[in-house]
Amino acid sequence: MKYTLSVLVENHAGVLSKVSGLFSRRGFNIDSLAVGITEDSNISRITIVADGDEYVVEQLEKQLNKLIPVIKVRTYTEGGFISRELYLVKVHCPAKQRLDIMKIAELMDAKIVDVSLNSMTLQFADTSERFETLTDLLKPYGIREIVRTGTVAIEKDSASGKK
Amino acid sequence: MISGAEIMVKCLQEEGVSIVFGYPGAVICPFFDKLYDTDIKAVLVRQEQNAAHAASGYARAASKVGVCVATSGPGALNMITGIATAYMDSIPMVAITGQVKSDVLGRDVFQEADITGACESFVKHSYLVKDTADLPRVFKEAFHIAATGRPGPVLIDVPVDIQQGEIEEFVYPEKVNIIGYKPSVQGHPMQIKRALEVLANSKRPVICVGGGVLTSGAKPKLREFAQLTNIPVVSTMMGIGVMPSDSPLYVGMIGSHGIKAANKTIHESDLVILCGARVGDRAVASPDQVVQHANVIHIDIDPAEIGKNMKTTIPIVGDLKNVLAQMLKDVSYTAPREWLDSIARWKDDFAKPYTKFDGFVEPQGFLEKLSSQLKPKAILIADVGQNQIWCANSYKMSDGRFFTSGGMGTMGYSVPAAVGAKFARPTRDVVAVCGDGSFQMSLNELATIAQNHLNVKIIVMRNTVLGMVHELQDIHYNSRYAVTELEDVPDFMKIADAYGIETAFVSSNEEAEECSRKMLKSDKPFVLVCNVHPRTPSK
Repeated sequence: MKYTLSVLVENHAGVLSKVSGLFSRRGFNIDSLAVGITEDSNISRITIVADGDEYVVEQLEKQLNKLIPVIKVRTYTEGGFISRELYLVKVHCPAKQRLDIMKIAELMDAKIVDVSLNSMTLQFADTSERFETLTDLLKPYGIREIVRTGTVAIEKDSASGKK
Repeated sequence: MISGAEIMVKCLQEEGVSIVFGYPGAVICPFFDKLYDTDIKAVLVRQEQNAAHAASGYARAASKVGVCVATSGPGALNMITGIATAYMDSIPMVAITGQVKSDVLGRDVFQEADITGACESFVKHSYLVKDTADLPRVFKEAFHIAATGRPGPVLIDVPVDIQQGEIEEFVYPEKVNIIGYKPSVQGHPMQIKRALEVLANSKRPVICVGGGVLTSGAKPKLREFAQLTNIPVVSTMMGIGVMPSDSPLYVGMIGSHGIKAANKTIHESDLVILCGARVGDRAVASPDQVVQHANVIHIDIDPAEIGKNMKTTIPIVGDLKNVLAQMLKDVSYTAPREWLDSIARWKDDFAKPYTKFDGFVEPQGFLEKLSSQLKPKAILIADVGQNQIWCANSYKMSDGRFFTSGGMGTMGYSVPAAVGAKFARPTRDVVAVCGDGSFQMSLNELATIAQNHLNVKIIVMRNTVLGMVHELQDIHYNSRYAVTELEDVPDFMKIADAYGIETAFVSSNEEAEECSRKMLKSDKPFVLVCNVHPRTPSK
């Protein structure tokens, strides 16, 4: 099963390597990891999507909590959070296909951020499931390159009853 | 103005450090130079790994943070095994390393090694100091982190220019404030209540003690709890000494190298109360089997240990001496007589006579005798190998201490750890027991012992093989002794003699006992070489 963890850490050099090193040394599998500063510039948030069972996630939380620069660890519960990832996709696109791809972009709510004689680059921010749909649609035209940021997530106040 | 090196020394003084174990080098010179002016003793070891082991022995004996110091590159790298050994056994330690100038960091200059990176997975925390002004805070935090919660080693890497840099004045912070580090020390009252309820319904409870009991200083509380409730106690290797060996409640050491009665007790129980024990694979080989028929109450200060190796019915996070005090207040339970009777029967049924060979010392019988020859608060340090198992199962504990590298199983631990322990407790008997393999891993420390006139006794079980693996080869490898025969072991008496240390060679238990009695009367170091048959089993 996939788990999404939010890890608040002190914003120092070396903290990311402490966190990522923990995964490799304890044999945990990471699907994605994204880091960025929070509303407080002294604190960064690392969002991790990991694969494992209940035991793995419990251990993961506890081991992360043991790291001194880790301030707080939360595992998001199913349905209680919104997650997004940013994707950039470069598609093979000669002039005669331009309209087709523009149509797909419009349908999927992707933004065209670069066009050249033979290619088009789309920017897409959504969930990984929706991104799969997009890539399925683009595949026949020839995807040249995919760049993705890793998932970030935020808790839904509407689901937790907060106002 | 005050230099970084002076600040480092002042920080040590603020922390009440009276001794450091180390080895110098170019980029830690500013620190050692300033230390030279103070009354903090700097002990020169003969290899950096032993600086960490000595600091570990000191920390265990003094119940204080041990400090070891090395230079950059090879010095720091040599220390790694010692730091990792301390990490596995939760020893409070601050390791200070010199580092190359901060402006050339990362350029692979002479004697540069990324020591904070290399040690990441076996330090509790580490610092690479990039600003002289950070030193007071870093030292304050490092000592706090090393000593509190589940103790462990903290590494401070200080580039030479940071030691030479100057700031206006030295102010040592009064408090630490690390937002991500607030260990809980009190057990949750609800959990304690639930634990006592589970205990009330238990017919066959057993307490399993680990090193955490000693680290917490909970030994008296645990003894009180066991006596009050009549619950039998088994021990991991790290928990040896929590219970007096002659207590009728004490069964013995569990695990693959423990005694059968202790393992049987844990497997027949219906409730295991784990106290500061992490249930390592060597202690309980099949935790899944145990939990099939038993509830588990796990008390530990490190929440990550609870549920890691054994499924837990009731987790209690907290400092054992507080948790036990909380439990003692409300407990009204007595273990059934029949349960204790069956354990006593197993102890008799499974007792095995020691294997004797003519013309050789039988180590277990000798160690049993040795326990009665030593002063009550003696410190016995077992190395790693058969000697460790002999000590763990046969040396009789009362109020003394038993140190060993339990988690990492680092050969060569005993001699340098004895150096540290003796500095911490000069009036107590300090005895290192090692094999001829492990002795040869750190016999260079005989120089440290001689130089400091340390009254440390070393007992070498000379069996001319690497006994533990040799035995394993008998069982699993068809007695093919690949690379385990030491063959012509050097004349250890000549070696001791070369360092000016008294020594003797004994070939029978009578001789060994007679000789150790004499050895213990003298206030000088001694190397007692016991001729042990290579086929003497570990138990």
